[in-house]
Amino acid sequence: MTRQERTAWLFSAPVLAIIVLVFIVPTALAMALSVTDYSIYALADWSNLRFVGLGNFADLLSTPLFWRALGNTALFAVLGVPMAIGTSLAVALLLNDVTVHWKPLWRVLLFAPYVTSVVATAVVWRFLFNERFGLINRALNAVGVTPIDWLGNPATSIPAILIFVTWKIFGYNMIVFTAALSAVPQDLMEAARLDGAGLWGRFRHVTLPAIGPTLLLAAVMSVAGFLQIFAEPYVMTLGGPAQSTTTVLYFMFDEGFKWWNLGQASAVAFILFLMILALTIVQTRIGRRYEWL
Amino acid sequence: MSPRAIVANAAALVLTALTVAPLAYMVVVSFMPRGESSTLPTPLWPSRWSWENYYELLFRRQIEGAWWDYRIVPALLNSLGIAAISTILGLLLTVPAGYAYAKLRFRGRERLLQWLIASLVVPGQVAMLPLFLIFKELGLVNSYAGVILPGLAGIFAILFVRQATLAIPDEMIDAARIDGAGEARIFVSIVLPLLTPIVVTLALFMFLGSWNDFLWPLIVLADQHLYTLPVAVAAIAREHAADGELMMAAAVVTTMPVLLLFLALQRYYLTGLLGGSVKG
Repeated sequence: MTRQERTAWLFSAPVLAIIVLVFIVPTALAMALSVTDYSIYALADWSNLRFVGLGNFADLLSTPLFWRALGNTALFAVLGVPMAIGTSLAVALLLNDVTVHWKPLWRVLLFAPYVTSVVATAVVWRFLFNERFGLINRALNAVGVTPIDWLGNPATSIPAILIFVTWKIFGYNMIVFTAALSAVPQDLMEAARLDGAGLWGRFRHVTLPAIGPTLLLAAVMSVAGFLQIFAEPYVMTLGGPAQSTTTVLYFMFDEGFKWWNLGQASAVAFILFLMILALTIVQTRIGRRYEWL
Repeated sequence: MSPRAIVANAAALVLTALTVAPLAYMVVVSFMPRGESSTLPTPLWPSRWSWENYYELLFRRQIEGAWWDYRIVPALLNSLGIAAISTILGLLLTVPAGYAYAKLRFRGRERLLQWLIASLVVPGQVAMLPLFLIFKELGLVNSYAGVILPGLAGIFAILFVRQATLAIPDEMIDAARIDGAGEARIFVSIVLPLLTPIVVTLALFMFLGSWNDFLWPLIVLADQHLYTLPVAVAAIAREHAADGELMMAAAVVTTMPVLLLFLALQRYYLTGLLGGSVKG
């Protein structure tokens, strides 16, 4: 072994050992766990463990609440991704305008919610969404809208949480898009302007092709993020009302750590993994097509 | 100013004000006398500034004759300690590893690197259930080590450091080797000083990540005395929903330390995010 090799292993072996212990081994075990009936009885004594094959998956598919959780999570992603990405892009475009002053200040303040704790800000927004005393209904009242029971009504609970999530995360992609926008060719933009292209025309034919790949990547990564929503319903709605905000991860947490059905919960985790894996494959495909991977 | 400039600047101002408003309102309400936020019309400003919410939250409070402890001070200290240790250990583990993957030649390097990148596909939640059982066998459930250990598996951090280290010219390192410097000496005296901005950025990411982490501490900690701030605040929020002013004070205690840290080091944070491609 050369001196470089020895040093390299000395430098990287500790962290690799930890990765194996807390990530590789558990991930392999998760697959094993998902085909057992691991429950509170096995937690007490391993001899109570039985192999159930795909039984957990079959059970899940006949559990209405699991389907509800899948549907809610899909709704979060389908509504949330355009909302969050759209906000990020609109704000990035606004701050990219040459006439705007004090850009660094706006950027830092707009980014600030992203670094805060989800739990703490969820508590704040639950308070803002309060039907009687919340600031949001007070503001709406001023323009003549009757009070909305944001978090108490199954029809508005997901939109309310999405408003909170968008507020919390849009700053991140705003910064990412700002970086992409700075790479838009300015001479092309100028040529388009001279040829009489309007604001929309320049956005559609100059800006969009240049930032398209970044936009797609951000969208796919946002989908993965929305599939993992947990803390927001945990703090704001406890999964309700009428289970309208129970997400896949919320369902997994309850199955695993409230009812101690760890076998069943592992099956849920595995399904979540497959969904994210599928997304990543789509993402890589898109990447190849636009030749930036 | 042209009309367009006025509209654009006004829009930036209004958007920023709307974004900051919830955080500002959180601070304002936390100083209202108890019960004031639950009066109509919803007050925008305290009738008098009061520290009573912080006093009751951080020190003690009487409910029906009995003293009640929210355990926020222990949670604050737990969060500080856990985030600090996670950051220091995380840096010690991942910065040398990232350098090794960028600059040291050893057999299996490329393959290991591919495995690390591939493993980013697996969401952390998949590992959480078996990890809980492993930690239970190892006696790590309900301990600080149990909270900290999973965060140290910094695959992303290794790749982040590697990417930054690749920009250091090989000639510099080779020249030091020819001059007879040992590998450890090269890393400490030559590479580390060049990586300082990246290390600061990474430290900030790690500290914020640990401070804000919620699902894993919630799973692994059962003892209230070990709770981190987000876990403690979530527990209070699920039980004492009515006390608006008190909850806002709890949210301020949880968000302000990291917000101030971010504002102080925002230059490192945002350039780290951008990879240095945008200035001003």
